[in-house]
Amino acid sequence: MKLTGISAAVVIFATAAIANPITPGEVQFDEYGAIQASLSGSDGDAASGAKIMTSRGKGNCVACHAVTALNDAPFHGEVGPTLDGIADYRSAEELRGIIANAKMTFEGSVMPAFYKTSGFIRPGDGYTGKGAKEEDLTPILTAQEIEDVVAFLMTLKGS
Amino acid sequence: MKYKALTAFAALAISAPMVFAGGADDDTLSIDGQEMISKTAAPAHMAETGIDTIMSGWHFREDDTQAMQMDTFDNPGMIAVDQATDAWNTVDGTAEKSCASCHEGPESLAGVRAVYPKWNADAGEMRTLAMQINNCRTEQMGAEAYKYDKAEMTAMEALITVQSRGMPVDVAIDGPAAEYYEKGKEIYYTRYGQLELSCANCHEDNYGNYIRADHLSQGQINGFPTYRLKNAGLVQTHNRFRGCIRDTRAETYAVGSPEFVALELYVASRGNGLSVEGPSVRQ
Ligand code: HEC
Ligand code: HEC
Ligand code: HEC
Repeated sequence: MKLTGISAAVVIFATAAIANPITPGEVQFDEYGAIQASLSGSDGDAASGAKIMTSRGKGNCVACHAVTALNDAPFHGEVGPTLDGIADYRSAEELRGIIANAKMTFEGSVMPAFYKTSGFIRPGDGYTGKGAKEEDLTPILTAQEIEDVVAFLMTLKGS
Repeated sequence: MKYKALTAFAALAISAPMVFAGGADDDTLSIDGQEMISKTAAPAHMAETGIDTIMSGWHFREDDTQAMQMDTFDNPGMIAVDQATDAWNTVDGTAEKSCASCHEGPESLAGVRAVYPKWNADAGEMRTLAMQINNCRTEQMGAEAYKYDKAEMTAMEALITVQSRGMPVDVAIDGPAAEYYEKGKEIYYTRYGQLELSCANCHEDNYGNYIRADHLSQGQINGFPTYRLKNAGLVQTHNRFRGCIRDTRAETYAVGSPEFVALELYVASRGNGLSVEGPSVRQ
């Protein structure tokens, strides 16, 4: 009896969390650019995060960053610093903030904001070169995808 | 604020060996034995950019791609030059004239590529080479304009470009050109699209670095039109601009638009001093 009660409560909690991700407009950054709570309300999945980081239509983080753990995907870039060992000196909260909008941590950064849908100049409809209305824009990564990437980055511990 | 700057600096310091792994090579570009100015001191107006040496995009390409440009017979872009030579001599339009009727051989246009885009005082407009070619077609020949970036146009540009090969780019940015220069410069530094990246973010701040499989150059246009192995054809300056802006998840400008004419003048001026080397070969 008791057991059923607990799992029912867990189910309700989880559903509520998924139904209410924090929207890009609602995100609260602290004064250093970090975001305290999970954007989706759920934990991230590191394996999924690794895929997002290497796929061109998603994070494509390796376009700019070298990550030894992702060496299966070829051609890592060198526009940004290597992310090897990042979990040794960055917290999940800081990483979440950097991915959502790196400019809140590094002023003027060339790193794109992955959870932002307004304030762009001539935003396009994906990579078609055609224009898009601001109200139709979706963030490059979803709340859960950002949590997945954070989870993967937290596995990158140094030697 | 201070804290933010410090963390950014720390991040860069840690990654320094990686960040500076790329760079331009030290090879010498000669085409059919004629040496090109492919690296030279930046023009005075670039002082504020922090770039002291301007470099052809050739220096950032793989050896085999580089080699294709060094010999006319190996350069696939030269096929278009042959085709345009035929077009040059072909009568077209109501005036029953060809380019040759007025200009004799294409070599009479030596030096032209190096100074375009150029202000046309009579028309009161800034003209790209493509605009000038179409002006001669419609006004002098009574022929139909070529589509701005279609094969016939790009080939004709290539033919005219070859006549200036080796000559230093020298576009004017003063007088009536000044307002176009300023407008082009503003576009160059605007962070477009959902990725919020400007031309300068990639080609000024990060040239020499790899962005995925691409080795970032200074985005010079002294080699245009370029034969792109990926497209198996000649690519015009405005097509390249469009592709680069599209890749920032932005709405691009159209080829031949006033924005791209201004941007072309500005980018060309950043290459003042480099040899005209089109049609070049790129991956
Ligand atoms: C267009 C280039 C670019 C892309 C794409 C990019 N980054 Fe970055 N990133 C940078 C740069 C440059 C920095 C260094 C910060 C600065 O000074 O701007 C950085 C910094 C970081 C940092 C902080 C590193 C540290 O040492 O503190 C993390 C973490 C990070 N990026 C993760 C990511 C992830 C995850 C993605 C993909 C979802 C990504 N980046 C995509 C360019 C990029
Ligand atoms: C996200 C990065 C990025 C941005 C932003 C960008 N480019 Fe590029 N551009 C590239 C890459 C990658 C290449 C191919 C490698 C190379 O030649 O640099 C390239 C190539 C070029 C070339 C061809 C150079 C040659 O030698 O053939 C030109 C010209 C150019 N870009 C101009 C521009 C202009 C103008 C803008 C702004 C409107 C711009 N780029 C914005 C990434 C970018
Ligand atoms: C009936 C005569 C006539 C024909 C035919 C003609 N042009 Fe011209 N072209 C001119 C004249 C006159 C000028 C200079 C006037 C001006 O600047 O507008 C000129 C200028 C040019 C210029 C610019 C030269 C400079 O120094 O700035 C180019 C390039 C050019 N023509 C290319 C062509 C091409 C390519 C064709 C054929 C498709 C062609 N022309 C056909 C008369 C002609």
